[in-house]
Amino acid sequence: MRWIWIDAFVEFESRRRASAVKNISRAEDYLHDHFSGYPVMPASLLIEGMAQTAGILVGEARGFKENVILAKIRKAEFDGYAVPGDQIRFDAVLETIDDRAAATTGLVLKNGNAMGKVDLIFSHVNQADRSLDLPDENFVFTDQFLNLLASFRSSVGHGIPTDVGK
Amino acid sequence: MAVNGNEVFSKVQDVLTDALGVDAAEVSSEATLQGDLGAESIDFLDIVFRLEKAFAIKIPKGELFPDDILNNPDYVAGDRLTPTGLERLKTAMPHADFSKFEGEPSVSKMPDLFTVGTIVKYVENKLRAA
Repeated sequence: MRWIWIDAFVEFESRRRASAVKNISRAEDYLHDHFSGYPVMPASLLIEGMAQTAGILVGEARGFKENVILAKIRKAEFDGYAVPGDQIRFDAVLETIDDRAAATTGLVLKNGNAMGKVDLIFSHVNQADRSLDLPDENFVFTDQFLNLLASFRSSVGHGIPTDVGK
Repeated sequence: MAVNGNEVFSKVQDVLTDALGVDAAEVSSEATLQGDLGAESIDFLDIVFRLEKAFAIKIPKGELFPDDILNNPDYVAGDRLTPTGLERLKTAMPHADFSKFEGEPSVSKMPDLFTVGTIVKYVENKLRAA
């Protein structure tokens, strides 16, 4: 099972930018230890949320043909803490992309206010590269990730149902 | 296109301090990327992206840092480049200084070819050709 660290896309412009949100819940296991009595989302998981948002943006730009691997964290700066009840928004911008890799810049917002910047480099790993021992299938963009984007596109294209339960 | 060497060096210095997290004072022309500045393989990609943005140039794969030498059995024998391999490397890297390397073309010493000066020379050549 993959650990999905974004709840939903709220914006997606192919080959340009994407925004996704994550609502922090007190029920998340890691918060019990980080820290006991004062739950705080670790910066590493804020970076992971941006990596997933930006990674899907990068993968979609080339039709999910390759595995997109986080290769380098160019910058990760945060100001303040994210705690249960906060909504985190990851705004990713695709700066550069070619056959080798991609570079993204990103803003992390907490409840609508800027709280961090995360700039990343992703490497494109091709199934054809036999120097690497890779599985035959695309092991990065599993159905869980693809469904996130599909859900957003479905809601934008067809509207979110308003008559459920009536 | 006219090229200002000091300006190119200054911009390359900025690129390397940002990419490698080193102080500007460490980024001298003779400093090697891996040995002196601690660059790792993924940093080379980061450096290429930053150079492209800083100078509005396009750096094709393998042009700044050749990547078709070590995997070719015609170019490498044991821990040394063959004469063919050395010639191929010189052709691929007109921006590098081979004066120390060609006397003992050891594979393990190849990273010493990648200095700050090598990058500056590459960018200058690229800008002149534009």
